Amino acid sequence: MNISKVAGTNNKHKVLVYALSTCVWCKMTKQYLKDNNVEYEYVDVDLCSEEEKNQIRKHIQDKGAPLGYPTTIIDDQKVITGFRKDLLKEALEL
Amino acid sequence: MTTIEEVKRRAEADAKTFGYYLNPDPNFLQGLLEGLKRNEERYGYPSCPCRLASGNLDYDRDIICPCDYRDPDVAQFGACYCGLYVRKDVYEHKTELAPVPERRPAEKQMRSYQSVSTEVEAKAATAPEREELVQITVGKKKLWYCKQCGYVVFREDPPYICPVCKAKRELFAEIKTKVDFFG
Ligand code: SF4
Repeated sequence: MNISKVAGTNNKHKVLVYALSTCVWCKMTKQYLKDNNVEYEYVDVDLCSEEEKNQIRKHIQDKGAPLGYPTTIIDDQKVITGFRKDLLKEALEL
Repeated sequence: MTTIEEVKRRAEADAKTFGYYLNPDPNFLQGLLEGLKRNEERYGYPSCPCRLASGNLDYDRDIICPCDYRDPDVAQFGACYCGLYVRKDVYEHKTELAPVPERRPAEKQMRSYQSVSTEVEAKAATAPEREELVQITVGKKKLWYCKQCGYVVFREDPPYICPVCKAKRELFAEIKTKVDFFG
């Protein structure tokens, strides 16, 4: 799977964003993390193979979350669906 | 190839027809139009930029922009799921654009993921064949429907462009009724 890593000075948490390459809310989420110097990884799900898409679906659903994008998973525990600045801010202690 | 201007013109015309506005933030709007263009290029139809498409028209029909969920979402939340189409008060910044929850049913979303769609296909393939297709024709006229919006016409050939949703001729299919010979 093509996981891109974006470096940042804030690496308190492990942040993974499942995004779509065409989705504006996903772009805003990535930009928000970047603006706050948060280190994160992301996967553009629409560019993945069918098998990878399925793995991602399982990962999201196993966390009990709905299948929307962006899905931000923090420390492989907390899941935030959609660009929710308020929730990201709180979860990442920004 | 579709240009951004074409995608924009289409969206503007559609907004006008339905009394909506396009997102007032130029960067935001540009991002969405690019997403629509990209999807039209890779799938052959402009599926929603903010949803994972399957690439199979039969599964994606409800999320071809403008999607089936736009009207109820704009009415209830002031914007469609992506934020491309907005209500007047949102356009005029009287109401802030808030995240719109996903209205598309989970079963439909699941079809964009392999194992599920192959299961569905396998089921369809093993279903017993009890029907025969019968064409409805009067002279050379046939019934055609637009696969994008459901518009139906009775004429010799499908229209060049759907008068309702502006889909191209390729998106028209002939309607054949199913006659059940079972019992
Ligand atoms: S949510 Fe908006 S942009 Fe996305 S398909 Fe529906 S109408 Fe188009």
